[in-house]
Amino acid sequence: MKLPIYMDYQATTPVDPRVLEVMIPWFTEKFGNPASRSHPFGWEAENAVEHARVQVATMIGADPREIVFTSGATESNNIAILGIARFHKARGNHIITTVIEHKAVLDACRHLESEGFEVTYLPVGQNGRLDLQLLADTINDRTILVSVMAANNEIGVIQPLEGIGAICRKRGVHFHCDAAQGAGKLAMDVNALNVDLVSISGHKIYGPKGIGALYVRRRPRVRLQAVMFGGGHERGMRSGTLPTPLIVGLGEASALCTREMVAENARILALRQRMEQGIMQQLTHVSINGDTLHRLAGNLNISFAYVEGESMMMAIKDIAVSSGSACTSASLEPSYVLRALGVNEELAHTSIRFGLGRFTTEAEVDYAVRIVVDAVNRLREMSPLWEMVQEGVDLNAVRWAEH
Amino acid sequence: MAYNEKVLEHYEKPRNVGSMDKNDVHVGTGMVGAPACGDVMKLQIRVNDAGVIDDAKFKTFGCGSAIASSSLVTEWIKGKTIDQALSIKNKDIAEELALPPVKIHCSVLAEDAIRSAVEDYRKKQKGGADANGN
Repeated sequence: MKLPIYMDYQATTPVDPRVLEVMIPWFTEKFGNPASRSHPFGWEAENAVEHARVQVATMIGADPREIVFTSGATESNNIAILGIARFHKARGNHIITTVIEHKAVLDACRHLESEGFEVTYLPVGQNGRLDLQLLADTINDRTILVSVMAANNEIGVIQPLEGIGAICRKRGVHFHCDAAQGAGKLAMDVNALNVDLVSISGHKIYGPKGIGALYVRRRPRVRLQAVMFGGGHERGMRSGTLPTPLIVGLGEASALCTREMVAENARILALRQRMEQGIMQQLTHVSINGDTLHRLAGNLNISFAYVEGESMMMAIKDIAVSSGSACTSASLEPSYVLRALGVNEELAHTSIRFGLGRFTTEAEVDYAVRIVVDAVNRLREMSPLWEMVQEGVDLNAVRWAEH
Repeated sequence: MAYNEKVLEHYEKPRNVGSMDKNDVHVGTGMVGAPACGDVMKLQIRVNDAGVIDDAKFKTFGCGSAIASSSLVTEWIKGKTIDQALSIKNKDIAEELALPPVKIHCSVLAEDAIRSAVEDYRKKQKGGADANGN
């Protein structure tokens, strides 16, 4: 087995070799600018881009003309949120999102507050899901946009998109969905979901980094103001020369997801359950963060009580994971997503996200379980909190010197 | 983040992990930090009749730097008098382990742990003398 083992598929994924293969010619011999209308170099590149557009559209049940290529989900989120808000500001200035969105959504919303928009950041339940009634009650006459993610990057929890879409459609409010973690992994149909805008990322679905897409509904037509100005590419919504090789890669990655999603999800889910059971059977004081049913197949976010996350990652250094511990960030604050679920700070510091994916094997999972169990046992032996709990001390009753 | 080798060395082979009887009058126990902050250090010292720390043990809940800082401190204070141990500053720990700025608080915590353990020991000694006096 090759070490270290990659278990951080929600951070990024490797490019699938089948994707890379179709990309390569578009770097060298087929290098034309898809916007060049006067010669075959341009024509073949344009054809390739349009083929990829169909592949991406098919993945989410859209029309190819509704796909805008961007540099990634961060840009897609920015175009969707800033673009809708600025275009429709005469109609209203209220935006609704959730507290567990990705920073690309939260920071775009924060920026709009400085432009005079009002943003409501809705809480989520302990399971990480948005309450539909709360959403319905929060929409008012000035609400122009609801932005809710498909699946959360830290805890993998899937939002009730169909319900959100139905409410938004009924109330005449735009619904944007950041599907960086959901597209290609969940069966998404933009019409069944009544979603108006969808952000897609290439590198989360075994495509290249630096490419993404934004779905923008045509019927009823969704209008937005561009953020990037220039040659009027992508129907004026995103100017800038189209990166043909990356677009071809995103298209192929999407096609593979469309074709293999069902079988792949079943395989990855079985691996996750194997991992979860292996850990749970051998360790006590372990809890899973977020809904276990409405969840991406490849996400396992676990708190190992009394073992701080960063030291845990050092102990399992042969497995590449990430943690909600503050010590992994510059902010010294533990994960805002876990805090929003009501996970206390102490447990948030002990969380580890295992992200499984296309190339994870059963042998890797078994190896990881063994290393994790050993590490937790070793670190608990070193943990004063574990010792106190063994002695019957109630940690909540202790007066700690916060620092 | 990529750690300095000295931190890794202490983390991989921590010195003096364990516990001593906290009711022993020769043992001083210091507990600093808070679970909510992601760092809790327990440092114990045993002081002999000559006023020298002849043993030290720690347990730490925290990141690699916190574990390394406490491990290093147990190594440093063994064989020292209480006053010598108290002269160890967080700066010394941070320098020895080449801690980056975001990890300085780990060394501060380790210094606090020494003070807290000494305080507990001195309190016990005072209490013990009183008891003997009676």
